[in-house]
Amino acid sequence: MTGDHIVGVSVPRKEGRDKVTGRAQYVDDLTLPGMLFGATVRSQVPRSKIGKITFGPGIAWDEFIVVTARDIPGKNVIALIANDQPCLADGVVNHPEEPILLLAHSDRHLLPQAVAAVSIEYDQLPALFTVEQSETRSEVIWGSDNIFKSYLVEKGDVDGIWKKADYIVEGEYKTGAQEQLYIENNGMIASFDAQQGMTVWGSLQCPFYVHKALMALCNLTADKVRVVQMETGGAFGGKEEYPSMIAAHAALLAIKCGRPVKIIYDRLEDMAATTKRHPSRTRHRTALSKDGRILGGEIELTIDGGAYVTLSPVVLSRATIHAGGAYYWPNVRITAKAVATNAPPHGAFRGFGAPQSLFALERHMDRIAQVVGLSPVEIRKRNFLQPGQMTTTEQTVREPLDLVRLLDRALELSDYHAKKQRFAKENELGTSRKGIGIAAFLHGAGFTGSGERNLSSVVGVEGCADGTIKVLVSSTEFGQGTKTVLCQIAAETLGLPYENVEIAQADTDQVPNSGPTVASRTVMVVGKLVQSAALGIKQTLMGSGLLGDSYSAEQFRSACRTQVAAHGQFRSWARYEAPADVFWDDDKYRGEAYAAFAWAVYVAEATVDMTTYNVSVDDFLALQEVGKVLHPVLARGQIAGGVAQGIGYTLYEKVIWQNGRMQNGQMTNYIMPTSADLPVVRVFFEEMGNVHGAFGAKGIGELPMDGPAPAIVNAVEDALKVPFDSIPLLPEDVFEALLAKREPQSVGGVR
Amino acid sequence: MATINLAINGRPRTVEADPQISLLTVLRENLDLIGTKYGCGEGQCGACTVLIDGRAQRSCITRAETVGQKQITTIEGPAHGERLHPVQEAFLEEDALQCGYCTPGMIMSVVALLNRNHHPTQSEIIDSLNGNICRCGAYSRIISAVQKAATSLAKSEIGTGARQ
Repeated sequence: MTGDHIVGVSVPRKEGRDKVTGRAQYVDDLTLPGMLFGATVRSQVPRSKIGKITFGPGIAWDEFIVVTARDIPGKNVIALIANDQPCLADGVVNHPEEPILLLAHSDRHLLPQAVAAVSIEYDQLPALFTVEQSETRSEVIWGSDNIFKSYLVEKGDVDGIWKKADYIVEGEYKTGAQEQLYIENNGMIASFDAQQGMTVWGSLQCPFYVHKALMALCNLTADKVRVVQMETGGAFGGKEEYPSMIAAHAALLAIKCGRPVKIIYDRLEDMAATTKRHPSRTRHRTALSKDGRILGGEIELTIDGGAYVTLSPVVLSRATIHAGGAYYWPNVRITAKAVATNAPPHGAFRGFGAPQSLFALERHMDRIAQVVGLSPVEIRKRNFLQPGQMTTTEQTVREPLDLVRLLDRALELSDYHAKKQRFAKENELGTSRKGIGIAAFLHGAGFTGSGERNLSSVVGVEGCADGTIKVLVSSTEFGQGTKTVLCQIAAETLGLPYENVEIAQADTDQVPNSGPTVASRTVMVVGKLVQSAALGIKQTLMGSGLLGDSYSAEQFRSACRTQVAAHGQFRSWARYEAPADVFWDDDKYRGEAYAAFAWAVYVAEATVDMTTYNVSVDDFLALQEVGKVLHPVLARGQIAGGVAQGIGYTLYEKVIWQNGRMQNGQMTNYIMPTSADLPVVRVFFEEMGNVHGAFGAKGIGELPMDGPAPAIVNAVEDALKVPFDSIPLLPEDVFEALLAKREPQSVGGVR
Repeated sequence: MATINLAINGRPRTVEADPQISLLTVLRENLDLIGTKYGCGEGQCGACTVLIDGRAQRSCITRAETVGQKQITTIEGPAHGERLHPVQEAFLEEDALQCGYCTPGMIMSVVALLNRNHHPTQSEIIDSLNGNICRCGAYSRIISAVQKAATSLAKSEIGTGARQ
């Protein structure tokens, strides 16, 4: 056994060489013999009965394959949570861009004209476009009340605290939609054979989500559906649920024409038709003591789910549990709901509800600080969760958490106090204003509550005939480093060089269901299972006398070869088992919400140009406690990348809606930050360890999405002394707020 | 259909294609040079970047017909067999990528930059990469990789050779 550690060391990325040479194979790089190309005809209106469909002149329609809802062999549904979303609209549409029919042809360049030549008569119905419109129930567009899901979290006696309060602080906070904007658009290839069944290859995060959806849609048994993940060019949550829809469409076309069919979205279609981050509105009402301690509060949280349920209940769940943040609430009531509107369904995006409710909370903390007369630092210190205290869901903090120390370290690393003073002085002069803001927060790793128990993930590790090791998981790589870190964990467990371990392609015929690649669960939950399964390999070899207590890599290889030669396939499996001390009550929404929380303090320094009202982020410090860091380079990459997307969410990325449809679905008019707009993100880790994760790891991937928005907006308020309570915060918003401050009467008159 | 003669990665290639078609389409669909990627189709993201007479250009908005007389280099060009170009090496060493989809275009932009400017400053690097979007946000690593590649090209005796 080698004495060198592999975990904690930044080994080379497994798929790096293929990516720098252009050899990495993404779905559009795969061509199958006889393959046709598919396209989708979509609704032009938000809510309507579908009338007559006409195939217009000028197109050789006999060369096209056409699929409608009537061609679906199984259920016309994209199976997920509520099973309310059709694969193809049948009689009615509930949002713009809803798929109505499918076309296929051998020449992909003929498809756009053909799609445009299909005309559909609509008998339009009244539609709802905002949370507020949905709440009025002027139209009931979903269920009996337009509410997909609601949660109530109650702790202590909130109603009794208001008269004891020295201060009551209220605020309302809003966040906009955000497009994931992976650079590789969505795409899928399907091939059907009556004997073999259905195979799809695609750009996706969750092979077994697609597998489940295709079984229901095509009326096939599990063994007749195979899903293979190709190299995936970014996902960020955007390829969690929607790939099931595209796979379903390609599958229907493949069944109908008997040939493989490829569907690749262009940028416009991808942006207009697929999911985005849920817009949100959060209202806080908080009771405080004279010395700035939170006595309790009410938090009312509403997210816009779009037209179908999809993942909204789970996004709402995470938003709800994170709404109280890293603070101690003796009394709290959180009421949360996801409502229906006639927009394309909103979906998974890194952070998954937490960035919305944490933006509200961390802006609200700065508002509280002002009312109470304390600094943003002091108000946080007085209310931080401490070991032994319970979160809003009554989960006891069991780790040796010290948020005051974490905050102090972030202030020191960012030179916060000196900068704050200096900016205040310098802001009296010049054509720009500078400010500095903080956000302190947490992010739960893994599925919420009973989620991991229900998933019951399985991982395999195989000792191969040549003596090398292969990790078998459905967990996918889309840039985060899944392949690299899971191989590291297996190599460390077995005491083998990293190069001796490979990972299987995520192919449902070849790998067990290790759960979806979401929720910052891969390293912590799946990694722990890889560790267990790898241990099983070692124990078997030792138990059969092929391996001694200490061994070289060559001895291991030889033992493994002997084992396979004697007994055939050599695999070890590990299944998730919930820790005995973890309880969760789904009805009361109470208990251990997550097996582990990561903790962070972010500090942003911003400059507002007083001529253009442009806000730039000059310095960004990200300090986090994420358990053991297994691969420092990948981990820092995750944090820096998440912060970049968070800066986009805050200052650049605005989805412009018109009648439920995204109007700026192009890279020319949906603006996101480039290398010229981003500061160097200074990343620091604290390591506290975590008993539930592989080698002490917690989740990392989503955490950095939560902090940038409140930290930056707090910095802008520090610079301008004007509060901003919604994002994105564009120069025109800054301009209008400053105008309103200067001319309160005239603005008041207008309103 | 028209006959289009191209010089790609030092080799003459002839394709029969619609004269209106983009260079990106010709590369991917007619010549199976699939390392060059489609990202937006309107020259905004940079995933389709190739070199045309040494300059970084967006192949998705370049008509194939217009580049017949020019030397085109794609991501399949810079490496010599298994020996990577110093820019590719630097991207690997710095882990200047995540999902990898913008990487071919990003690398071609960097090769173009280092061909014309052997010692770019940080702001010159940022300027030259402003048209290449990395949604994974690996920018600071990419900048480090460019600096590393510049140093290694300067040190390398075959530096000028590797720049071709």
